[in-house]
Amino acid sequence: MNLLPYLVTGWLFLAGLYGVVSSTNLIHTVVSLSVVQSATYVLLLTVGFRTGGTAPVFADIPLGTAVVDPLVQALASTDVVVGATVSALLLSLAIQVHKRSGTLNPDELRSLSG
Amino acid sequence: MSRRGRLAVFSVAGLGLAVLLVAAFLDARPFGTAFHPLGDASVRASLLERATANTVASITFDQRGLDTMGEEFILFAAVLGAAVLLRRDREEREAAAPDERREGRGQVGHMPEVIRLAGYLVLPFVVVVGIYVVAHGHLTPGGGFQGGVILATGLHLVYLAGDYPALRWLQTNRIFEVSEAAGAAGYVLLGLAGLAATGAFLYNVMPYGQLGQLASAGTVPLLNAAVGIEVGSGVVLLLAEFLEQTLVLREPGGNRRAGAGG
Amino acid sequence: MSAALLTPLMITLPIGMAALMVALGGRLPRRVLDVLATATAATVAALAVVLLVATATAPGRVIAWAGGWTPRQGMSIGIALVSDPISAGLAIIAAVLATAALVYSWRYFDAVDVYFHALMLVFLAAMCGFVLTGDLFDMFVWFELMSAVAYALTGYKIEEAQSVQGALNFGVTNSIGAFCTLIGITLLYDRTGALNFAALGANLAGQRPDALVVASFVLLVTGFLTKAAVVPFHFWTADAEAVAPIPVCALFSGIMVELGIYAVARTYWTVYSGTLPPSAIRGPLLAFGVLSAVVGGVMCLAQRHIKRLLAFSTVSHIGLFLVGVALLSPAGLAGTAVYILGQAGVEAALFLLVGVILLRLGAVSERDLHGRGGGMPITATLTIIGGVALAGLPPFATGLGKAITEDAGVTEGFGWLVAVFVGASALTAAAVLRMAARVFFGLGSPAAKDPTSRGADEDEGEEVEEVPTGGVPRTMLIPPAVLLATALGLGLLPGLGGAIGQIASDFFDRAAYASQVLGLPTPEPRTAAVHVSGFTAASVGYGLLSTGLAVLIAALTILRSRLPRWTLAVARAALPLLRGLRALHSGHVGDYAMWLVVGVVALGGAVSLILG
Repeated sequence: MNLLPYLVTGWLFLAGLYGVVSSTNLIHTVVSLSVVQSATYVLLLTVGFRTGGTAPVFADIPLGTAVVDPLVQALASTDVVVGATVSALLLSLAIQVHKRSGTLNPDELRSLSG
Repeated sequence: MSRRGRLAVFSVAGLGLAVLLVAAFLDARPFGTAFHPLGDASVRASLLERATANTVASITFDQRGLDTMGEEFILFAAVLGAAVLLRRDREEREAAAPDERREGRGQVGHMPEVIRLAGYLVLPFVVVVGIYVVAHGHLTPGGGFQGGVILATGLHLVYLAGDYPALRWLQTNRIFEVSEAAGAAGYVLLGLAGLAATGAFLYNVMPYGQLGQLASAGTVPLLNAAVGIEVGSGVVLLLAEFLEQTLVLREPGGNRRAGAGG
Repeated sequence: MSAALLTPLMITLPIGMAALMVALGGRLPRRVLDVLATATAATVAALAVVLLVATATAPGRVIAWAGGWTPRQGMSIGIALVSDPISAGLAIIAAVLATAALVYSWRYFDAVDVYFHALMLVFLAAMCGFVLTGDLFDMFVWFELMSAVAYALTGYKIEEAQSVQGALNFGVTNSIGAFCTLIGITLLYDRTGALNFAALGANLAGQRPDALVVASFVLLVTGFLTKAAVVPFHFWTADAEAVAPIPVCALFSGIMVELGIYAVARTYWTVYSGTLPPSAIRGPLLAFGVLSAVVGGVMCLAQRHIKRLLAFSTVSHIGLFLVGVALLSPAGLAGTAVYILGQAGVEAALFLLVGVILLRLGAVSERDLHGRGGGMPITATLTIIGGVALAGLPPFATGLGKAITEDAGVTEGFGWLVAVFVGASALTAAAVLRMAARVFFGLGSPAAKDPTSRGADEDEGEEVEEVPTGGVPRTMLIPPAVLLATALGLGLLPGLGGAIGQIASDFFDRAAYASQVLGLPTPEPRTAAVHVSGFTAASVGYGLLSTGLAVLIAALTILRSRLPRWTLAVARAALPLLRGLRALHSGHVGDYAMWLVVGVVALGGAVSLILG
């Protein structure tokens, strides 16, 4: 069975997590989070694929043509919007962290320990 | 925890997670499977019952319209959140007032007139494309979210063309906040109209028309328009907050913030 | 079918009002915003009560299909809003707490433009959507909406470095959890081709739990456990609640984290109970619950920062809720439901009271506050009542919940859980009582520099917007008083235990849920109505024991300087452990992400091992 799309999902997920865990810059952390989210897009679209299917838009193809699963595409587009907005919020927070603490390095941000 | 310790623990845990995921993937259906019962049912419903050529749009705005309402309000909340988080604090408020008008100009240095002209010429085309994508969301790939982003970023051609004051005018005017809220409320009202008419929230109450025509799919084009307005305005507001941080706000003492624009 | 109109209205009313507020913008005076927001929240509460009554009558679930897409041939294309008494109850709690928080913030808060009120209303709508939905992906969407609003509200006080940092830690950790949940949802969709809870459950029933089913469960539940602040997904809690505005903290601790526990229970019972045997889930979830209870309790007692103290008490009690759910018996779930009923009000009330302290005295550390709270008798009394309710003193609803859960634990053969319940509630209550004793009565010597602290307590003092010269405003004391009174009243309610017992059994009935939602023929009704005990003699005893222990521990910590030397030596031996535990709470977002992955692997590994 063709595992490659699934393995890409796993790789993106873990690489993104590694980025978050090892990051020394909060912007890098937020972008790594986007990489983790990309894994969810890839998995959704992988699960929806049908061999020989075309795009599920019937503007110019005859009814009854085999198409890929449109449901996961709708879910993925919802996911994209969610991801973009959450990234915007986290980046706003990163800007403020930099303004207040003068640094973006999580190793140097120690005010919350204990 | 020290960096080395953290990476060591993560290596082990990450390996475990990889094993879990791969084991799950091995049990998943083969890539390209024909088993999509819900997708097939959605396609049939979209084409035969609701005359919507773009089945994804039918799912997004008709069959799973509640999800989309939640999603557009996530954008709404994020714009509110960015406005809250990037608001001017006391120091910035005091510093900005006298300087702003003077400093808002020429942020991107001297821009050749031909680029400015090119930006203004391309802008109407981009706006038309954006409106087209929103309006035809039920027929071809696209829709409110995609078209809204095109519209919002197209507006920023003005900024790219070097005319930041024009962009500032558009941004500081309350029009986008109102239009964003109106788009969001419009979606809710359309849903409540369905509730009032049939007792089901977000019921598709408009006539369905003929498949492939512009006037088809019932409320889907209207919902697309509402979302397009909301997303377009929301993205403009969001970008405005970030641009203001880099281009307008100054550190106390009047120095430009490090690494800002220009 | 008018009850089906309620659920969409409960969601659309707050978000519609939020949109309206933003459209009208700064033109509205503050008072109008307050009234509009509070009225909307109160209306949602009223609708939720009507919904609860509707669900209490047979057949027990109110179902509304969005878009009118009722199921055909067992296929559900649309999204169902399914409410049973438990979801209606949680919605009531959410709306009541939101109303209380909004009333409280009339005087507490210097709100910025219209944003605070709009965000709070959207938060309420998201919580209602989360409990009322019957579709897994829709639940994820409301989860993300809740989270986005939570990040913005946590970082509200942008001028403090700790505030934005705490919000960022919260944001990153919670997002990772959400993405894990989404992967789980996708895997489930791949296997079953469905997203509706009922359809998922019907499809999975009888299947052998292979790696995909286990992985999807573990990943799905990770996001919910992160939201619920279960150890080791809990690190964000203290950081976020230490810095978020008080009304927001009241909502977080009062209802938001409890929703994570609800989601775990709902997911297991509606989707996985036909395939994953209880034996595979019970052990691991119990372990996580006990771990949270213990870690939360110990960390709670060790805190000097009064908001972090309450945050860890939340973690500890969440652990106890998870234990009740993890017993996987109707009595256990009933116990947790009653416990949440009481605890929500108590936690929120305690946060609101801490807010009063902050407003009047302008500091967050017990050291800075020592003895300065002398002129606040009502606040002091309410705080002590809150502390005692935290310990589960009968007849508070918290005590009743503990009683039912402890009894369920004994019935299932886990008698030692009683010790966990008594211990955790004693530790958290002791912390609150100690705080009250130090702040309001100046008992004991001012706390010396804490040898295990890593700096979080040495806070510069929370920035407050106004310090009223007169007494504490009534609008700030009435909400906590009402909430505590409700917690007491619910415990006194006759027949609550029995009613919740039946509700819990229905919650477990996957087949009835599926048949009602999907319109299939109803199977034979469940025969056995589960017997749920009320206050037995033993449980009253345990409640009194917890309270007594709490008072004792509080007294011991206050009178530290007068204790005999050997006790101090014992305590000193435990210091390295405590120091290590506190060091783990490093404030570093990379650490939190690492612990999340560790938690996922631990849960996945445990479940896989049990299944063999």
